[in-house]
Amino acid sequence: MKICVLIKQVPDTDSVIKISNDQKSIEMEGITLATNESDSYALEEALLLKEDQGGEVTVLSLGGESCQQVLKDALAKGADKAIHLDDDDYKDLDILSAAKVMVNVLKDKEFDIIFSGLQSDDIGNAQLGLIMAELLDTSHASLVMGTEILDEKTIKVKQELEGGWFQWSELDLPASITIQSGLNKPRYASLRGIMMMKRKPLESIKVSELNLENTSSKSFVHKLYIPQKTKETVFIQGSADQVVDGLIEKLTNEIKVL
Amino acid sequence: MKLKGLDYLNISEHFSDEEILVQHSVRDYVDSELQPIIEEHFKNGTFPAEKIKEMANLGLLGINLPNKYGCAGLSHTAYGLACQELERCDSGIRSFVSVQGSLVMYPIFAFGSDEQKENWLPRLASGDTIGCFGLTEPDYGSNPGGMITRAVKTKNGYTLNGSKMWITNGSVADVAIVWAKTEDEVIHGFIVETDRDGFDAPEMKNKWSLRASVTAELILENVEIPEENMLPGVSGLKGPLSCLTQARYGIGWGTIGAAMAMYETALKYANERIQFGKSISSFQMTQEKLVWILSEITKGQLLAMQAGRNKDRNVLRHQQISMLKRNNTWVARETARLAREILGANGISGEYPIMRHMMNIESVYTYEGTHDMHTLVLGDDITGIPAYR
Ligand SMILES: Cc1cc2nc3c(=O)[nH]c(=O)nc-3n(C[C@H](O)[C@H](O)[C@H](O)COP(=O)(O)OP(=O)(O)OC[C@H]3O[C@@H](n4cnc5c(N)ncnc54)[C@H](O)[C@@H]3O)c2cc1C
Repeated sequence: MKICVLIKQVPDTDSVIKISNDQKSIEMEGITLATNESDSYALEEALLLKEDQGGEVTVLSLGGESCQQVLKDALAKGADKAIHLDDDDYKDLDILSAAKVMVNVLKDKEFDIIFSGLQSDDIGNAQLGLIMAELLDTSHASLVMGTEILDEKTIKVKQELEGGWFQWSELDLPASITIQSGLNKPRYASLRGIMMMKRKPLESIKVSELNLENTSSKSFVHKLYIPQKTKETVFIQGSADQVVDGLIEKLTNEIKVL
Repeated sequence: MKLKGLDYLNISEHFSDEEILVQHSVRDYVDSELQPIIEEHFKNGTFPAEKIKEMANLGLLGINLPNKYGCAGLSHTAYGLACQELERCDSGIRSFVSVQGSLVMYPIFAFGSDEQKENWLPRLASGDTIGCFGLTEPDYGSNPGGMITRAVKTKNGYTLNGSKMWITNGSVADVAIVWAKTEDEVIHGFIVETDRDGFDAPEMKNKWSLRASVTAELILENVEIPEENMLPGVSGLKGPLSCLTQARYGIGWGTIGAAMAMYETALKYANERIQFGKSISSFQMTQEKLVWILSEITKGQLLAMQAGRNKDRNVLRHQQISMLKRNNTWVARETARLAREILGANGISGEYPIMRHMMNIESVYTYEGTHDMHTLVLGDDITGIPAYR
């Protein structure tokens, strides 16, 4: 089984985010970068499949030099190869263009499965896996919560639907599959794995040196801002039963803690 | 790559990618798996034995020993960073790893026969076997050279008699490295399986420090061991002292981790706690405390980092390790008091980790050579006068 996992480096979730003066990007100074959360689950799913079926896991990341960190982390956890698409002079591609860049490198590699996280914690397009499937002409499933290889040509996936429903479906391979956080328990890089990491291949390719057509971004960030915090007190009125019903309604549907 | 957490002086650039990945991995593991359970264990006075296997799988036991024994084979600097992250959680956890790696695996690695290494190191690295280190005796603490535990030669080996005190992991250990004198008054190390007749290890209860670490007495009453259980590679006090040098090196990093945990807690608290209409972090006296802690931690990081570099080049002198252990443990001890002050009444509450670290550091201040003993080691080094005798 040849598996590729697309991994993005994003600001760590507990970073304090400050918006730059131009209001189009965030201040990177003092931000810790980490692997996008759902990508960690995608990697774990790939490693579990490899351990079960045999094969090879390649990880790929598009970004500046710093994103080699998430690739090295993936190699330390057990991925076999890494590809870094260095976008230093090709920054801030929109998601379609980013997918085209990746396809340019992946199209001849004949992966059986391309895993990606459901969405990135920074921009949150939630489209990459879907676009990859379209551009590479593979089958596709999003929001995947479980996988099972049926045979060399078929994978069964469990998808999350709305309202707590799940659906199992079978896909032909090759497939591009986006993974929802929580389906497995991502491993920690073992210290031995970290020692082995430096002997594994990490190929760096400059995006500017790829033969690209049609990859200029068509969408641009216009303005970034932090939402205004507002405090609102809601009084639920009526009989005790009505108040309880109203409260449960709010806790379930608005605050989503029930 | 960047270290996670406090790095005021941007020292990340001096660490290799591997070293930084080690810090990240151990930190992530500690935050998700150990932090949530540590308070409970500390309160109950129990060691989280259920985590031994996970820690072993991560590679925390014998980090800087070679691959061929099932160890990670990482640099001493990486080992130091791992100790920092473990002690950021609790000194008891770091103590467990120090004892297993530096006080049990290290002497077998450095002074053991090939058979001893092959027999013991993989089991100790995998956590299937737990070890302890018996040097201190009821009447000989800072002066271990005076020990009275004896190893008398028999036809096929030795008979051990004596007692050891304050032995970390003692009552959970499968094997003890026991230091004893032979008839010629020379100290030797012995590998003693704890299920041998005449060996007993009652747990020492009623500790108010290192409560998440097990401490025991070792009682040896005519314990017979075969000849091949003696460590052949060393004799004299330098045997146990060289093990302590390894462990102290890790403590020098670890205590900075404890200080970091307290600093982060205090800074966050100071920013959130409102008195007189503003956060207490806006008062100069609070800022002064936070800045003192930050500066001392930063200096401690530099000290640890350079000690690590020296150790990786095999040029670290034991007196430099005394400086590292002495200084950084003191930093953690002072930090505990200042952080406790910043948290006010909440500082004494179990809701925050300050008192737990404060109590732990009192052990760390004393074990592996007391603060004062390290002062005298350094005093001897610069004046040539050993004031401890
Ligand atoms: C929780 C815990 C775990 C431990 N784990 C282990 C273990 O796993 N294995 C092990 O072998 N030991 C262990 N120890 C023992 C530890 O190493 C000793 O406690 C330490 O060496 C100090 O010995 P002592 O307690 O007998 O103090 P003492 O040696 O009696 O010292 C008491 C005081 O006198 C001072 N003092 C002593 N001599 C001098 C001198 N010459 N000049 C100036 N001041 C002096 C000391 O600095 C100290 O302040 C542990 C201790 C604790 C608390």
